Amino acid sequence: MPKEYRLILKHADEPRYSNDLGCYLKHGGYKALKKALKLKNKRVEGKGTLSPQEWIREEVKASGLRGRGGAGFSCGLKWSFVDRRSGKPIYLICNADESEPGTFKDRQIIYKDPHQLIEGMIISAYANDVNLAYIYIRGEFVEGAKILDQALAEARENNLLGKNILGSGFDLDIHVHRGAGAYICGEETALFNSLEGKRGEPRNKPPFPTTHGLFGEPTAINNVETLVNVLPIVQMGGEAYAAEGTERSPGTKLFCLSGRVNRPGTYEVEFGATLRDLMDLAGGLVDGSELRAVMLGGAAGSFVGPEALDMPLTLEDTRVAGASLGSGVVMIFDQHDDLVDTVRRIAEFFRDESCGQCVPCRVGTVRQEEVLVRLGRGSHIDDERDLLDDLATVMRDASICGLGQTASGAIRSAIELGLLDGIAATGGTEGEGSR
Amino acid sequence: MSFSVPKKLQTEINRTIKKYPEKRSASLMLLHAVQEEFGYVSNEAIEWIADKLELQPINVYELVTFYPMFRQAPAGKHVLKVCRTLSCALGGAKTLHGHLCNKLGLDRNAHGLQTSKDGQFSVEYVECLASCGTAPVMMCDDDFFEGVSLEKADEILEANQ
Ligand SMILES: Cc1cc2nc3c(=O)[nH]c(=O)nc-3n(C[C@H](O)[C@H](O)[C@H](O)COP(=O)(O)O)c2cc1C
Ligand code: SF4
Ligand code: FES
Repeated sequence: MPKEYRLILKHADEPRYSNDLGCYLKHGGYKALKKALKLKNKRVEGKGTLSPQEWIREEVKASGLRGRGGAGFSCGLKWSFVDRRSGKPIYLICNADESEPGTFKDRQIIYKDPHQLIEGMIISAYANDVNLAYIYIRGEFVEGAKILDQALAEARENNLLGKNILGSGFDLDIHVHRGAGAYICGEETALFNSLEGKRGEPRNKPPFPTTHGLFGEPTAINNVETLVNVLPIVQMGGEAYAAEGTERSPGTKLFCLSGRVNRPGTYEVEFGATLRDLMDLAGGLVDGSELRAVMLGGAAGSFVGPEALDMPLTLEDTRVAGASLGSGVVMIFDQHDDLVDTVRRIAEFFRDESCGQCVPCRVGTVRQEEVLVRLGRGSHIDDERDLLDDLATVMRDASICGLGQTASGAIRSAIELGLLDGIAATGGTEGEGSR
Repeated sequence: MSFSVPKKLQTEINRTIKKYPEKRSASLMLLHAVQEEFGYVSNEAIEWIADKLELQPINVYELVTFYPMFRQAPAGKHVLKVCRTLSCALGGAKTLHGHLCNKLGLDRNAHGLQTSKDGQFSVEYVECLASCGTAPVMMCDDDFFEGVSLEKADEILEANQ
């Protein structure tokens, strides 16, 4: 029987664990921060003398920590690109937009253990010479925003935030900023615009956030789960952390299981666990279900078939298989599920959520949805394949941001797996009405 | 202009603006605060916010039309948001939405937000609410309801009558 390995959700689900500061402190909270703030300049072989900030950044680099928000970019490398020379203020942003369909992991941390996120952010801010940081949280997490506000207030009252934190000379404040229902605002540059009080339209990259981010100034932006992983890295050291998980995907990952399993939910396992392990953890398929397909990575990800059950879930193995791990979505479909309609829903989602700024995505997502509606009405995939191919190529090559670039991925994978073949579907999959 | 903002909200708004190095950044938070107080964002509210943040009204108006959470007209006393994305669709979102519409005398195939005749409830579909492990999921105002069976839906309606 596979086991969970809890580095992040260590205490969150214990019966009497609460989200207030007292409880967090009782469970060893803010020890990593105290350790970080007490660091002195250190001579490190081959690297000369490192300041405490440099040392933390080096440890994060050595840990191999990769972003948990979807793209899996090295956190240490990203931080090393932050422009510290220009003398401009540097911002730290926590991406708590959690809007990829199928993702519900960051909410576990925010709602059940908010101080863990705050502590991770304080250390990350310290390491990056940041004095002002924001948490961009999706608008629907009204309660989550209140929990964070309350936790931040507790932190301020206890000098864990504010001026001269714990006598270290380091100043930092963190504020919560609420989004308002637009999926695209999870994309980092759209998020900056949204935080600046503008429409959430992505910016062209380059320039990248590390030089031109929030207010055009250097910015480090990371997902909730990424920032929380900084704590075990500071506690155990980068090298020890790197030994967890696999070589290229170190550490643990929060996977979000939903669909036809007995116990859907968030499961934390070491990278390298297989799909089968996760499904076992979630109590296996529901009675009478046969596995038909698994969606990995959410709407922006792709489908894999039952033959992928023994694929290790790492960033590298999924990539080799032409899939992506994304934010950790594992959605299970069985033989009864109407996959043509599911895929049409994905197309509808992207049409709805496209910010409309660039033509390939704005028009491509509409055309793509039209094809899927036709398929639902009984048209054959062989007659639509060329058009879908064309659309996919244009969207992938010519869209400004990841939304347009990935909007055809799940659909293409469904075609390749034969999920849309020769179905005169269930008849009128008209759609449920769109906004 | 008949638009007036209560003192308590004024204080909150002034505090919010101070959280940002540039006033404009507070736009979304102010829109949330105003919609919470008045139920929707009127043209007067847009002008008031623009004035407060030293912006043109268009700068605020374009946010109200871009972000799905903001409304330009009053909704029912309680707003029900039913998630219709993938996991919830598998979990019966369509049945749940249809049930609510039937009970409230609304058209289950209509687009966008609809309000019952007595003005008590509005219903709309939304995309993934990040709670997919407990599908189907809906919100009633600011509260999440998970694993919503039709019986549970009835209870939610009753509790908010
Ligand atoms: C359309 C789109 C939506 C995204 N939504 C989210 C999101 O909800 N949460 C998130 O953390 N990252 C999201 N991302 C990824 C961010 O752009 C960015 O890569 C991430 O915040 C970086 O943090 P990380 O390196 O710690 O993963 C999204 C990207 C795209 C293109
Ligand atoms: S790809 Fe789509 S979402 Fe991204 S900027 Fe272009 S229109 Fe907007
Ligand atoms: S699909 Fe409904 S909450 Fe995610």
